[in-house]
Amino acid sequence: MWNGDYLFLLRELVAKDFKVRYRNMSLGVFWSLLNPLVMMAVYTYVFTRILARPLPHFSVHLLCGLIPFNFFTIAWLSATNSLIENVAIIKRVPLKREIIPIASIFSNLTHLLIQLGLLVFFVLISGLSVNINWLWLPVVWGLEIMFLIGLGLASSAMNLFVRDVRYVVESFNLLLFWIVPIVYTFDNVPADFRDLYQYNPVAALILATQTIILGGAAPTMRLLIKLALVSAVSMGLGFAIFRRAEKRFYEYL
Amino acid sequence: MSLISIKNASKIFQHRKPRVVLRDRIRQFTSKPGKEGFYAVRNISFEVEARESIALIGANGAGKSTLLSMVCGLAQPDEGSVEVHGSIAPLLELGSGFHMDLTGHENLYLNAAMLGMTKAQVRERYDSILAFSEIAEFINEPLRTYSMGMSLRLAFSIAVHCDPSIVIIDEVLGVGDAAFQRKCHTRIGELRNEGRTLLCVSHSPETVLEFCDRAIWLHHGQMLLDGEARAVCDAYMQFVADPTRPLPGSDSAAN
Repeated sequence: MWNGDYLFLLRELVAKDFKVRYRNMSLGVFWSLLNPLVMMAVYTYVFTRILARPLPHFSVHLLCGLIPFNFFTIAWLSATNSLIENVAIIKRVPLKREIIPIASIFSNLTHLLIQLGLLVFFVLISGLSVNINWLWLPVVWGLEIMFLIGLGLASSAMNLFVRDVRYVVESFNLLLFWIVPIVYTFDNVPADFRDLYQYNPVAALILATQTIILGGAAPTMRLLIKLALVSAVSMGLGFAIFRRAEKRFYEYL
Repeated sequence: MSLISIKNASKIFQHRKPRVVLRDRIRQFTSKPGKEGFYAVRNISFEVEARESIALIGANGAGKSTLLSMVCGLAQPDEGSVEVHGSIAPLLELGSGFHMDLTGHENLYLNAAMLGMTKAQVRERYDSILAFSEIAEFINEPLRTYSMGMSLRLAFSIAVHCDPSIVIIDEVLGVGDAAFQRKCHTRIGELRNEGRTLLCVSHSPETVLEFCDRAIWLHHGQMLLDGEARAVCDAYMQFVADPTRPLPGSDSAAN
């Protein structure tokens, strides 16, 4: 029975990922900024110049979608691969194994914080202001991370038994881009589907972020309840699947 | 209450088919393991009391490491139960959690956290860990610049500093050069004298007799003998010298 210091271990694992990722790079955190900047520039150009969409603050709208989308897809994929990449630890170090996919999700938070800095910068230069409803941001992001932990636990465990899972995740991430409001707005979604659409936690996070930052309003209770519901179910299922699968990790590695 | 209590424990490894379709994988994932697999450990029971030191001996593939993995909680028994009451220092494959791009210092903190130490404990024991490992001058170098022996020294040093009630040793006493091996043996002896429980795997009868009062002989996953270390070692060595001799114990006849 492992009864060590959970938080200390989590911090050390996240610090490890951070150091390993940036130590051998000369431009370091710049790469975290480059991806959303390039995507934002390309989409802004395509949609405002070529397709001529009259949407105010379109760059900020894009960033509000791209940043949560990037965070979600990268964190989910790295969580899915985390157990395979730490075979030596799974097989030889007795610890609470849940901590490995969880740490890989938290490792991506450093990325996210840098990108949120970029978002704040664009918010300020485009004449929008920081308002009291920004306090909702940690709430919706917290719920999203809960959802991600449940999902990551389940997919990382399944990836040990069926190594194809990572490719399913990659393909799903491509599809996901089109079922969240990044290059279009919630108004474009057919009315019949809007209720269902909000159950997608990534879409819900993006909608809430856009409402808070662009609309200066609090996210609707309806949306928050849906997000909380899906996140709670995900956490419960994720831990249950992981605990059940964990009994057989040893034989499969 | 025994520190370790193993009751009728078995571990079954499924024979893997070379080509497995998705349906089989899903079935494996959802169903209980069948009995048709290969028993790495079969129906083993014994108790370990506090302050005891026990050696597991037997040929390669006898199930020694699988049994240790179950005691550490790395593997779950498919039948029976393995209960452990107390903290464990696993000296299995040393340095399993090390990362080559991190420095010795960073690996020390990470590894200590994985073994269950708190930050305060690592700080407090840091100097002692370094002194024991004798690699203090390289501690801020990345681990990939270390020799095999150096990283094993660091790993061993962290593991013996985590203040466990049970020390589990899987054939790691051959670590480092002769001088460091001597030091490891001394340290294990000290841990034993401090009243910690020892459970180890070794192929060397000298090591077994040096540390252990009791030995358990495993053969093809089954327990053949459980008794005083010298008697069990002698029986095992006789078997090694002449494998055609009848095996001790009655359950072997049934096999």
